[in-house]
Amino acid sequence: MKPPAFRYHAPTDLAEALDALAEVGHDGKVLAGGQSLIPMLNMRLAAPAHLVDINGLGELAYVRTDPGGVAVGALARHAEVEADEAAHAVVPLLRQGLRLVAHPVIRNRGTTVGSLAHADPSGEMTAVLALLGGSMTLARKGGTRTVAAEDFFVGPLEASIEEGELAVAAYFPRLPGRTGTEFVEIARRHGDYAMCGVAAAVTVDDDLRIVSARAAYLSLSPVPLVLDLTDALIGRTADTAVWQDAATLAAGSLEPEGDIHATAEYRAQLAGVLTVRALRTATERAALVDPNGNTGTTSTERSAR
Amino acid sequence: MTETQIPTEQRLDIRLSVNGVPHTTTVTPRRLLSDCLRHDLGLTGTHVGCEHGVCGACTVRVDGKPMRACLMFAVSAQGHEITTVEGLAEPDGTMHPVQQAFRECHGLQCGFCTPGFLTVVSAFLEENPTPTEEEAREAVSGNLCRCTGYQNIVKSVLRAAEITEERKGCAHAEGDAR
Ligand SMILES: Cc1cc2nc3c(=O)[nH]c(=O)nc-3n(C[C@H](O)[C@H](O)[C@H](O)COP(=O)(O)OP(=O)(O)OC[C@H]3O[C@@H](n4cnc5c(N)ncnc54)[C@H](O)[C@@H]3O)c2cc1C
Ligand code: FES
Ligand code: FES
Repeated sequence: MKPPAFRYHAPTDLAEALDALAEVGHDGKVLAGGQSLIPMLNMRLAAPAHLVDINGLGELAYVRTDPGGVAVGALARHAEVEADEAAHAVVPLLRQGLRLVAHPVIRNRGTTVGSLAHADPSGEMTAVLALLGGSMTLARKGGTRTVAAEDFFVGPLEASIEEGELAVAAYFPRLPGRTGTEFVEIARRHGDYAMCGVAAAVTVDDDLRIVSARAAYLSLSPVPLVLDLTDALIGRTADTAVWQDAATLAAGSLEPEGDIHATAEYRAQLAGVLTVRALRTATERAALVDPNGNTGTTSTERSAR
Repeated sequence: MTETQIPTEQRLDIRLSVNGVPHTTTVTPRRLLSDCLRHDLGLTGTHVGCEHGVCGACTVRVDGKPMRACLMFAVSAQGHEITTVEGLAEPDGTMHPVQQAFRECHGLQCGFCTPGFLTVVSAFLEENPTPTEEEAREAVSGNLCRCTGYQNIVKSVLRAAEITEERKGCAHAEGDAR
C-alpha cells in the first residue's frame, strides 16, 4: 500500500527542527530512519498531517563515549552504534542487543534513538536502556529536559515525549565494577521481533562471587520489565550458582500473555530458559572484566573480531 | 455555487543520482523511493513485494549501504548516491560477480527476489570477501525468496566470492604480462 498525503518539512539544523515541531504541534511526527514509521504509513495505520524529517540534522549523527557511558545522538543509525568499538568497550550490552535488532539492512537506516522513541516493548533497545538505568534527552523550542528510562516508557508504543518535543539523544551508562552482560532471545525467524528476550547484568566481587544480578524482559510486558534476581544468586560463583533458582524467582514476577505466535505457557517457559542462559553468560563475562579496564567481552570474542 | 476547497498536495522538484546518472523529477513527498525509481525514472529492476520492509525485494544501495527502497521517501534520497541492480554490471555489460554466480549456481528461478539479493550480496562481499557458509546464510537472511529454497542462493554467495577473487587474479596476471 502507499502512504497517505502529508506535508514534508526538511529542517537542516536542530533549531529549525524544533521550530517546525512547535509549529505543527499534535499533527506532526518526527521521521528518523523510517523503519517503523514508514511501514505504518504504508499500511495506513498512521496518517500524520506533517512529517518533520530529521535526516538533515548531521549534528545529531554521533556516538560519544566517555568513561561513564555512551551518548547516542538521534541520527546515529543502529549499524553505526553497533560498529563503534569505543562504545562497545564501555557498554558491551549495546552491541549484544543491537545484533538482534531486525536485519543488518534495517539497521543501516533505523536509528537507536528512533527505536527508543517508538517504545515498542519488543524492541531490544528499550530493554537495554531500562536495564542500564539510562536516560533520554528531549528538546523543545526553548528548553531541554532529561527523562530517566523508568519514566520514559509509558505503555506499548508510548513514550513520554510531548507534542513539539524531539528526542535528541539517549544515554547508556556504563555498569560499574566487575559487571558482565548478555542479551539472548528467541524469535520465530532470525531477525524477527522476539517472542521473548532477556538482557542480564551480573556483578561479582573480587572473589568472583555474585553481588548483584538483574534481568530485563522483552515482549512480555507493556513496558520493559527489570527484575532484581540477586536473592537467588548472592554469594555464588559461576560454578556454584543454582541458575534455576533465579528462573523460579523471575517466574513469580512474570505474567506473560499469549498471542498467535506463542501461548502464555510457552512464553513463560522461554523466559525461564533464557533467564538462565543470559545470567550464566553474564556471570562468566563478569569474571573476565578488569574492574579498572573497560572490557566486558571474553578473550575469545575479542580475538574473533 | 459554493466551492469546496480541495487542498492541493505538496509537490517537490528533486534531484537524484542513480547509478552515477543525475535525474530530476517532481514528486509528492509521500512518493516511496521504490516507486520513484520504477515509475518516475523507469528503472524497473528494483522490485516491490511487501512494502513494509520484510521481503527485501526492493533493496538498493544508498552510498554503498543496502537499504529498503520501500522504507525511504524519494525526497530523502537527495544528495545520496543510489545504486540499483541496473548499476551492478560493468559499463561494457560484463556481469557483476554476484550476477554471474547467481546464473552459474541457479540462485534464481522466477527472479522476483533477485535484485534485492544482488544488491545485498554485492555490499556484503565488499565487507567480507571470504565468507563462511554460515556467514553467507546470515547475510541473506533478511531477504525472502519464494522459489529457490535458499540452498542455491547460499552457494551463489560463496561462488561470487570466488569469482571476485578469480577476477582479481586475472587482473594481476594481465598486469604482470604487460
Ligand atoms: C522488517 C523489520 C524488522 C524489525 N525488527 C525489529 C526488531 O527485531 N527489534 C527492534 O527493536 N526493532 C525492529 N524493527 C524496527 C527498527 O529497529 C527501527 O529502526 C526502529 O524501531 C525505529 O527507528 P527509526 O529511526 O526507523 O524511527 P522511525 O520509524 O522514523 O520512527 C519511529 C517512531 O518514533 C518517532 N521518533 C523517531 N525518532 C524520534 C526522535 N528523535 N524524537 C521523537 N520521536 C521520534 C517517530 O515519530 C515514530 O513515531 C524492525 C523493522 C523492520 C522494518
Ligand atoms: S518491498 Fe521493500 S522490503 Fe518488501
Ligand atoms: S526466485 Fe522467485 S522469489 Fe526468488
